[in-house]
Amino acid sequence: MAETDTHAAPVAGPAQRRGRNLSLRRLAPVLAGGILLLIVAAALLAGALAPHDPLQMMPSQRLKPPSEAYPLGTDAFGRDLLSRILYGARISLMVGVGVTVITVAVGLPLGLLAGFFRTLDSVLMRIMDGMMAIPSLLLAVAIVSLSGASIWTVLMAITIPEVPRIVRLVRSIVLSAREEPYVEAAISLGSSLPRILRRHLMPNTLAPLIVQGTYVCASAILTEAILSFLGAGISTETPSWGNIMAEGRMYFQIRPSLIFWPGLLLSVCILSINLLGDSLRDILDPRLKQRGAER
Amino acid sequence: MPGYLLRRILAAIPVMVVVAVFVFLLLRLTPGDPAAVLAGDMATPEQLARIRASLGLDKPVIVQFVSWIGQLLRGDLGTSLISQTPVTTLIAQRIEPTISLALLTLLLSILIAVPLGVLAAWRHGGITDKAVMSFSVLGFSVPVFVIGYILIQIFAIDLKWFPVQGFRSISDGIGPFLQRATLPSLALASIYVALIARMTRASMLEVLGEDYVRTARAKGLRETAVLFRHALRNAAVPIMTVIGTGFALLISGVVVTESVFNVPGIGRLTVDAILARDYPVIQGLILLTSALYVLINLVIDLSYSLLDPRIRY
Amino acid sequence: MHADVDARPRRWLKGASLLFLSALALSGMSDRPAQAQTVTAVMHSGVRILDPIITTAHISRNHGYMVFDTLLAMDSKYRPQPQMAEYKVSEDGLTYTFTLRDGLLWHDGTPVTAEDCVVSLKRWAARDAGGQMLMDRTESLAAADARTITLKLKEPFAYTLDMIAKPSAVPAFMMPKRIASTAPTEAIPEQIGSGPFRFVAGEFQPGVKVVYEKFKEYKPRSEPVDWLAGGKVVNVDRVEWVTMPDAQTAINALMSGEIDYMEQPPVDLLPIMEGNEDITVDIFNELGYQTMGRMNFLHPPFNNPTIRRAALLAMNQEDVLQALVGNPEYYSACASMYGCGVPLASDSGAGPITKKGDPKEAQRLLKEAGYDGTPIVLMQPTDVTSVSPQPVVAAQLLRKAGFNVDLQPMDWQTLVGRRASQNPPSQGGWNMFFTNWVIPEVWTPLVNPMLNGRGPKGAWFGWPDDPKLEQLRNAFVQAKTPEAQKEAAVAIQTHAYETVNYIPLGQYTSPAAWRKSLTGIVKAPVPIFWNVKKSK
Repeated sequence: MAETDTHAAPVAGPAQRRGRNLSLRRLAPVLAGGILLLIVAAALLAGALAPHDPLQMMPSQRLKPPSEAYPLGTDAFGRDLLSRILYGARISLMVGVGVTVITVAVGLPLGLLAGFFRTLDSVLMRIMDGMMAIPSLLLAVAIVSLSGASIWTVLMAITIPEVPRIVRLVRSIVLSAREEPYVEAAISLGSSLPRILRRHLMPNTLAPLIVQGTYVCASAILTEAILSFLGAGISTETPSWGNIMAEGRMYFQIRPSLIFWPGLLLSVCILSINLLGDSLRDILDPRLKQRGAER
Repeated sequence: MPGYLLRRILAAIPVMVVVAVFVFLLLRLTPGDPAAVLAGDMATPEQLARIRASLGLDKPVIVQFVSWIGQLLRGDLGTSLISQTPVTTLIAQRIEPTISLALLTLLLSILIAVPLGVLAAWRHGGITDKAVMSFSVLGFSVPVFVIGYILIQIFAIDLKWFPVQGFRSISDGIGPFLQRATLPSLALASIYVALIARMTRASMLEVLGEDYVRTARAKGLRETAVLFRHALRNAAVPIMTVIGTGFALLISGVVVTESVFNVPGIGRLTVDAILARDYPVIQGLILLTSALYVLINLVIDLSYSLLDPRIRY
Repeated sequence: MHADVDARPRRWLKGASLLFLSALALSGMSDRPAQAQTVTAVMHSGVRILDPIITTAHISRNHGYMVFDTLLAMDSKYRPQPQMAEYKVSEDGLTYTFTLRDGLLWHDGTPVTAEDCVVSLKRWAARDAGGQMLMDRTESLAAADARTITLKLKEPFAYTLDMIAKPSAVPAFMMPKRIASTAPTEAIPEQIGSGPFRFVAGEFQPGVKVVYEKFKEYKPRSEPVDWLAGGKVVNVDRVEWVTMPDAQTAINALMSGEIDYMEQPPVDLLPIMEGNEDITVDIFNELGYQTMGRMNFLHPPFNNPTIRRAALLAMNQEDVLQALVGNPEYYSACASMYGCGVPLASDSGAGPITKKGDPKEAQRLLKEAGYDGTPIVLMQPTDVTSVSPQPVVAAQLLRKAGFNVDLQPMDWQTLVGRRASQNPPSQGGWNMFFTNWVIPEVWTPLVNPMLNGRGPKGAWFGWPDDPKLEQLRNAFVQAKTPEAQKEAAVAIQTHAYETVNYIPLGQYTSPAAWRKSLTGIVKAPVPIFWNVKKSK
């Protein structure tokens, strides 16, 4: 199978840029970063910003249009939409960051080892191939709905299909890096394995991992929303953008705002992360562009 | 070439074994009871036990696994626990909508994405390029179901160009088929277009810098000829690759899209089966989609040598 | 060589896009096939299980009424009436004789015999609680001749005819002997009935589509249709049930005429159809549903009656109903465990549940009982809209009263599996869940699944071990006159509220919507398609 990635992995173009576009190139990451900062701030300050308790149901106030008391209106249980969206940012960011951290924490060592030991490599890669052959969303839906929906199962369900991609990425970097003279030298000088991995191989993986991490993060946030949409997500009592939309989709035609606002924020958030990833790729490692084009 | 083919096919076997074991373990190690689903609201504990026994669910997991693998080797995917229909029949009933939706999506995506990618590469750095790139990032970032609902709102409810939902087989005529399949395919295509357009652009950019393109231009060939005949052909391998790996993405998208547009395909069958703990159906479906994924990527690998004479196995 | 290979895909692409565009342009015209006599309906769920005896799923039962027929059927006054058979009861009330009417045929063309019906009754009785009760009192059940069934009882049982006629949970559907001989735990292999519609096996797609054709040889009774009794006259050629998981999609399809009938449009979405002159929104099932909560009697804290009482007082029906239904036109508070609008209804023993509840008293009781803050596990289904709001509202009300609530979301099928677990909540068990019943499933102490005190082995999920309840139920069985029956039923309800057997959370109806081209929709506790006419 080709060394490829099914990810939403945006690919940057070559480095030749004309001067007038330079400002645009700079503007995008700044804008994206700014938006992300705003979303993070909203998530952290949700307690202070939200006009209502996001869990407080007012059965008499179901599906109300925007008003002074409820700036974005209410949902089908009479909960304040704005408050839920603000708190929802927490879940989305938590899932994004959580999945990224776990994926890297599991994928990096596996990839390093696979790149270094041939036998382990062939076994591990067959397993990874098998896991990548299962459509990731089906796998995630199956995991969540079969083992019960909690934030942890959702994290696991999104993480498991992501791991093989990181393993493959790290492995491919290690495979090419170990041909480098300085690594070969270290091996022949008898450096200990952990030392070689830590000193020589890991630094090589850092830049691509950071870039890939942003895409994992974006894709995790998206997957969480889709899981919720299919009814296999986090507790509907806990607001997340995904399950606000999942509950709202029944009422799309009478209250489009229930889909529109969380959908907009979700899209903007993922968009910003993707843009940031693109820029990071350009800044961190120009060589990546070459590799990126092959992915 | 035949040797390579054989090696590739053999390499697919361990992959499928991993899939089978993984799926089986996943299903049996998680809670959930198809007998309870089958018996309904008023079942007493004793009735449940009897139904479990008649479904063979009371046997040790390892016995169930061995008998399932035995069945598989005979080409039998088993019978649905809930509807008592053979899994192969269920899949056969549902596969047409999914396949035709996927193919239409693929067609639409290539028709839209490749020219966009070429255009973006050609007008590299310009407004067109920027627009295409922003559009494609947008394609990655907006969830399929949000796009689905936006399309329904605009084209089905406001403009009334298309029916809101449903599916008609191509055998009912290409008109009714397209009338119902266009919106879901467009929704599905959003990610795919983004993926292919980006890859086309990146791949074209590389190729456009090569000597033979300069030579072709110097020879005074028309620009479209340069772009589509010389450059695109040489840029095709990564594009094909991304189309193949994107298949997994497409399957995920299909699950969501089928439920938004009420298409009775494989995606909905899978979600229904998972919710009802219908083990044989889930196992059969995941095996099938995984096998399809492996197969498609195999075919694409092999097609490289057709597209790019430089690649020989 | 380049040119050769390259030109091909380009021409192909051009051709394909042309085809696509022209087809798009044509598509407006060729859409509707001329099948005026097909009624297309979206039911509340897809049909997956075809055996209406093995499961109590409503959709399977509704399917059963299309394909199968019953010996007796209930009319709108809740009286059993002859359907396939006339009946006679002996003076001593011990012998029931059923005589099959003329001209009854199975869908494979063979005549219906008394023997077929005997085997069918036995299989039904093995699955249905009411049937079991009847069989417990049966001396013999046999075919006297090809058309006569004789049922001899050991002791008089006043509800014999009611059981055979009842529309819920499992109606006594008649099947040919070879099919009814299937073990009661296994699904029947074929759908051959003697009902007014025949099942089209070739077009069945589980969960997606079921097709029924008019059974031309069916001979309806001459009486006018009345609930499930009376003549089942079929006026259309085909009925198709299609599944649409998204209610808005279904409503749009109804408005555009792609479907004719929708069994359960969510009340919140009715405004979309308002002002559409082609559509009727009406309630065919006038009794509607009871929504309720059940606690687990096996594990702390709800093994303590005082804490159950506190939970009862913490709840109130209005909050639940408003979250669940929203529009007061379609719900009402109802204290009766048997549902309101039925002969046995009363509000005996209910307390403030239909009003505001009594959170203060609940708090006091909790303290008195020494509640230690053990979190109570509430199972919340997130995929079925008719059962997802109750636990959320309940969690809030219970917290207000001082309970520590662990609301666990899951899909409905997980809940169905998990509620069967008798383990402690920390080991895959549960403390409380919610569901809904159609009123005929709860309307007497005999059929109401919750009012059963036979403990972990024999009772319904939650498993109360309540000998007193069993005694009271026995008194109800023995009661001869309607007055005595009512009195016994009231006593059971009073006791059940005292022990907080379960918490009724009110009654609601669910309107159906259909196009005006359909007429003759029958008011009944089950959606039925006989008597329905479709005009062009």
